[in-house]
Amino acid sequence: MDRQTVESSSAIFQLELKGVTKQYPGCLANDKVDLSISAGEIHALLGENGAGKSTLMKMIYGVTRPDAGEIFWQGKLAAIKDPSTARKMGIGMVFQHFSLFETLTVTENIALALGDDAGDLKQLAERISIVSKQYGMELNPHRYIHSLSVGERQRVEIVRCLVQEIQLLILDEPTSVLTPQEVDRLFVTLRQLSADGCSILFISHKLKEVQALCHSATILRAGKVTGDCIPAEAGATKMAQMMVGDDTPISSNYPKSAGTAPFLIVKDLNQTSEDPFGARLKGINFSVRSGEILGIAGVAGNGQEELLGALSGEHLASSAEQVSFQTKQVGLLGPRKRRELGLAFVPEERLGRGAVPEMSFEDNTLLTGFLQGLVSKGFINQTKTEQYAKKIITDYNVKTPSHKTAAQSLSGGNLQKFIIGREILQNPKLLVAAHPTWGVDIGAATAIHKALIELRDRGAAILVVSEDIDELFLISDRLGAICDGELSPTKATAETSIEEVGRWMTGVFDKPQAVSESDTQKMAI
Amino acid sequence: MDIDLITNILYAMVRTGTPLLIVALGELVCEKSGVLNLGQEGMMLMGAVIGFIVTITTGSLLLGFILAILAGIMMSMLFAAIALGLNANQVATGLALTIFGTGLSAFVGAAYVGKPIQGLEPIAIPYLSELPIIGKMFFGQDLVVYLSFVLFALVYWFFKSSRLGLTVKAVGENPHAANVIGLPVMRTRYLAVAFGGAMAGLAGGYLSLAYTPLWAENMTAGRGWIALALVVFATWRAERVILGAYLFGLASILNLVAQGLGYPVSPNLLAMMPYAATVLVLVMISNNVMKSKMYTPMWLGKPFHPYT
Amino acid sequence: MIKLEPRGEASRTMSYYSPLLAGFLTLITGGIFFSFLGHEPLHALSVFLISPVSDVYGIAELCVKAAPIMLCAIGLSVAFKAQVWNIGAEGQLLMGGLSASAVALQLIEIDAVWVLPLVLLSGMLGGGLWGLLAAWLRNRFNANEILTTIMFNYIALYFLLYFVHGSLKDPQGYGFPESALFGDSAVLPILIEDTRLHIGILFATFAVVASWVFISRSFLGFQIKVLGLDSNAAKLSGFKHKRLVVLVMIISGALAGLAGAGEVTGPIGQLIPSISPGYGYAAIIVAFLGRLHPLGIFFASLLMALIYMGGELAQIELNVPLAVTSLFQGMLLFYLLACDVFINFKIKFLTSNTATEIV
Repeated sequence: MDRQTVESSSAIFQLELKGVTKQYPGCLANDKVDLSISAGEIHALLGENGAGKSTLMKMIYGVTRPDAGEIFWQGKLAAIKDPSTARKMGIGMVFQHFSLFETLTVTENIALALGDDAGDLKQLAERISIVSKQYGMELNPHRYIHSLSVGERQRVEIVRCLVQEIQLLILDEPTSVLTPQEVDRLFVTLRQLSADGCSILFISHKLKEVQALCHSATILRAGKVTGDCIPAEAGATKMAQMMVGDDTPISSNYPKSAGTAPFLIVKDLNQTSEDPFGARLKGINFSVRSGEILGIAGVAGNGQEELLGALSGEHLASSAEQVSFQTKQVGLLGPRKRRELGLAFVPEERLGRGAVPEMSFEDNTLLTGFLQGLVSKGFINQTKTEQYAKKIITDYNVKTPSHKTAAQSLSGGNLQKFIIGREILQNPKLLVAAHPTWGVDIGAATAIHKALIELRDRGAAILVVSEDIDELFLISDRLGAICDGELSPTKATAETSIEEVGRWMTGVFDKPQAVSESDTQKMAI
Repeated sequence: MDIDLITNILYAMVRTGTPLLIVALGELVCEKSGVLNLGQEGMMLMGAVIGFIVTITTGSLLLGFILAILAGIMMSMLFAAIALGLNANQVATGLALTIFGTGLSAFVGAAYVGKPIQGLEPIAIPYLSELPIIGKMFFGQDLVVYLSFVLFALVYWFFKSSRLGLTVKAVGENPHAANVIGLPVMRTRYLAVAFGGAMAGLAGGYLSLAYTPLWAENMTAGRGWIALALVVFATWRAERVILGAYLFGLASILNLVAQGLGYPVSPNLLAMMPYAATVLVLVMISNNVMKSKMYTPMWLGKPFHPYT
Repeated sequence: MIKLEPRGEASRTMSYYSPLLAGFLTLITGGIFFSFLGHEPLHALSVFLISPVSDVYGIAELCVKAAPIMLCAIGLSVAFKAQVWNIGAEGQLLMGGLSASAVALQLIEIDAVWVLPLVLLSGMLGGGLWGLLAAWLRNRFNANEILTTIMFNYIALYFLLYFVHGSLKDPQGYGFPESALFGDSAVLPILIEDTRLHIGILFATFAVVASWVFISRSFLGFQIKVLGLDSNAAKLSGFKHKRLVVLVMIISGALAGLAGAGEVTGPIGQLIPSISPGYGYAAIIVAFLGRLHPLGIFFASLLMALIYMGGELAQIELNVPLAVTSLFQGMLLFYLLACDVFINFKIKFLTSNTATEIV
C-alpha cells in the first residue's frame, strides 16, 4: 500500500472516526480522535499505557459508546450499539485480556460469541478446524480452554473472528503475551489476512513491531491524536516523541553488574499449584547474587505465579533447603519471617495484593511496613506510620492529594511507584518484583527502573519476573526463562540474545542441575 | 424390618426430599449464573403462605400453586432489584430477603395458623405403583413429586445440551468476558434468579398444600438453607442434587425409622439430624479444596455491573 | 432510565446518611402499611415507636432488650470486618445461655461472689466454643461458615430443648420444660430499682468501647480489616489467616454467649425453651445498620430494641400480629442495602437526551 491511498481523503474508508470523544469520571479518555483505515490496510494505533487506545477500540467494537463524534463504516454513519452489532457488520476483536471461558471447549466458546449464527456445534467445530489450518493457527476445537497455552488461547480469539465474514480485525496488544517466535508467526497470519482484503487495526506500544508490520500508524497521547505517519519511513525517535512528548525521560541503558555472593538460592524446587488450572514447578534451580538483577522471562501461566508464591512464602516449600537466603534455609518459613530476614516483594497485582484498594496510603504503608517500628505492644504508632507514608510519597514522587487518599483512586503508575518505594525503603537484602512496570506510563516505568538499579548498586539481590522481554534486557544483569514450570539456564545479558531467550520461553533448553552443597558454600564465601 | 416398612420409608424419603430437590434445582440455576441468593428460606415461606391463603379462600389447589410460584418470583425480583440492579452485596441482600420473608409471611399468615385444608392427594399410577419396594416411592406420589422428576430432567438437559445453559455457565464464570462478547449478562442473571424464585415458591407451596398440609409460622424450618448446602454438596451438578435431596429426605425422617426399629431416641436429638447431616456433608465435600474450586462457578456471589 | 455511575472513591458522607435515609423510608412505608390496616398512621407509629419509651420503666426495658442485641452485634461486626460471615449469633447465644444455666444450676445452693462471674464466663465459653467449632470447620475442612453457622443455630436450639426437657428440667416443676430458678448469687444485680434493668447494659457498653479501640488502634484489628478487604494482601503480608478467623469467631461467639448468659441470669432467671426472640438474627441487621462501627451499632441496637417493644405494644393496642417486628426489621435492612448504592455510585436519570445527576 502506498502513501497516496493512505492520505487520499476522497476514497471510501473501511472505517473512519471523526471527532470521537469519551469522558470517564475524572479522565478524558479520548479527545476528538480522528482515524481512518482502508480495506486491506494494517493500521497501527500507537500510544503508551493510559493514552486511551483501549477505550477507542471498545467504542469501535460497541462495548462502550462515544459521548461525541461519529463513526463511519464503509462510508456510512454507523451506530454500533453493542458487540453483536459490530460482529454483524464484520468487525472482530481480539482482547488483551482474553474473553474466554476456561471451563468450556473451544467450540463452545466460539459458539457463544456467534450467537444464533453459530448453527450446529458439530459443523461449527469443522469450520473451526478448516479456518485455523487455512491461516496457520492449528487448533483442536474440542479442547477445554483451561488446557490451552496463552498463545493457543489467542488463536481461539482470532479464529473466533475469522469463522465469520470479517472486514476489520482489531487486536489489542496481541504480542505482549507471545514469545518472539510466536510473534513472527502471528505477523505471517496478519499479512495473509491483509492480502485477502481484511483491514487490521493493531494496537501496540512497541515501536519495533509497528515498524515491522504496519502500513500506517496513528499515535495517541493522553487521549489526543498527536500525529499520523508511515512507520517504515518515520524514524523511531520521532514516533517515540509523538508517543510520550519531549519532556519525558526514557530509560535507555544501564551499566551492568556482576554482583557478589549469592543471596537467594533455590534448589530442586518442586511444587503443585493451588489453582486447579495452574502450572506445576518442576525441579527449579537458580540463585540471585547480592548486587545483581536476575530477570526471568516467560509467557504468562508457565509457573511464574507459583514460583513467586514459593519465594514470598505464601506457599511453603516441601522442605526447608529448597529456598535459602545465604546460608539460612527459609523454605518452611512464612512471608513475615522471610521479611524479617530481608525480603521485600512487589506483586503483579498492585490493587488487591500489593495494596488494599479501599485503604489509605497510610494504612497501606503499614501493610508490609509493620516491621519498621510502626507497631509497638500490639498497637499502631500512628505518628510514625504517617511519617513513613509521607516519606514514601515525597522520596518516590507519588502524585497524590494526601497520604489519606485511598489507593484505588490513583493511576497505576503512581500506585506502583508507591509500592516500589514502600518496599525499597525497608532496605531489603532481596527484592522480588513481578512485572514491575506492567501497565504504567513511560515516565513512571523509567522512575521504577532507576529505583531498581539504585537498589542493586546498594548491594541488594533483585529478581524481576516479567513478560516484557525488552524490559528484561534493559534492566537485568543476567537472564533466564520459565516454561511449563521448568527454568532455563541463566546467562549474562550481554552473552545472550532475544532469539535465545525466546527459545527458552518455548521450553528449548537443558535444565540446569542443583548446585551442590560445597559449591554453594564456596560461592557464599 | 419388613418390606412394608422399607417401602413406606422410601416413599416418605422421596416425599420429604421433594421440596429440597425443587429449591435446590432453582438455586443451582441461579448460582450457575454467578448469583448467590441466600433468601431461599424467605421465598419458600412466602410461597407457602400465599399458596395456602389462596387455596383456603378459593378452594383451588391449582390456583394456590400458581400463586405460590408467583410469590416466589416476586420475592426473587425484590432480591434481584437490589443485588443486581443496585449492585448490593449478595450475601447481605439474601439474608435480608430471608428475614423479610419470614416476617412478612408470619404477618399475612397470622390469621390462618392451624386452619385445615384438603391437601394434594397422591395419584398412584396403575400397576407401576404396585411394584415391590420402589413402586410406591416413584409411582405412588402426588403430582408435584412427578413434576419434580420432570424439573430435574429439564435442568439436567438445560446444562448438558442447551445453548441458553451454555450462556448461563459463561455468565457465571466470567461476566466481564461475557459482556464483551455481547452476551446479555444482566438479563440472563435476572432470569436465573426468577427461576430460582419460582422453584422456591413451588417448594413452599408444596409444604403448605401437600406435605403438611397446613400453615405455621416458619414452617420451612431451615429447608432453604439445607438446599443451599445441597448445591454445594452436589458440586453444582443436577444429578447429584437429586441424590442429595433424597439423602436429606431420609435424614429428616429418621424418627420414623427409629420408631420402626423400636429405638427410643429423644425427639429433640432426632430433630437435629438433618442439620447435623448438612454440616457433615459440607465438611466432607469441601475438604477437597482443589475440587471445590474447580466446580464452583468462578464469579459466584461477586457483584458485576456492566458500566457503559 | 436509571444508570449507575461509579464514583472514583466511596463517599464517606453517604455511608453515614444511608442508615438515616433507610430509617426514614422504613418509617414512611410503615405508616402507609398501618393505614392500609385501617389505623391512623401517625397514631400507629407513635404507639409503635414512642409509647414504649415514654416512661422510666420503658427506657429501662429498652436497655434490657438492647443489651443482648448490642453484645451480639458488636461480635458480629468484628467477624464481618474480616469477611467471616458468622450468621450464628443466635446459636452462640443459646449455647451461652445453656452453659451458663448448667453452671448456675450446679451452684444453686452456693452463696458466694464468685458464682456470678463463673456463670457468665461459662456462658462466654459455651458461645465461644460454638463459634470456634465453625471456625475450625472452615479452616480445617474449608466448610462455608454461612451454612455451618446457620445449621449450628438449629442444632443449638435442639440441644437447649433436649436439656430443658431432660437433665436440666426442674424436678419440682410439675413436668414443665423449665429449670429451677437460679440462686440469688447467680442473678445479675439490678441497676434501677423497680425495673428489670440489670448490669448487662454495662457489659454491652464496655464491649462497644473495647471493640472500638481494638479495631481502630490495634495491629490485630488492622489485620482483621485487611483480611476482610483484601485477603490476598493479608496473605502476602504474612498475616495469619486461619488464626484471625479463629480469633474473630471466638470473639463474636463469646460476646453472643455473654448475651445468652445475661438473659438467663438477668430478666429470665432460669432456663426456659425460648430464651431469645431472635436477638441473634436482629444483631445481623444491627451490625449492617451500624456500619460495622461500634458507635453506629450502639444506636442501631437501641433502635432494634425499640422495634421489639413496639411490636409487642402494637400487638396489644393495635391488634396486629407480633410478626410486625420482623417485618420492620427486614424492611429496614432492605432499605439500607438499597440506599447504600449511593456510597459507591452516582445515580443518573436518563431521559431521551439529557442526564440529570442526583446525589
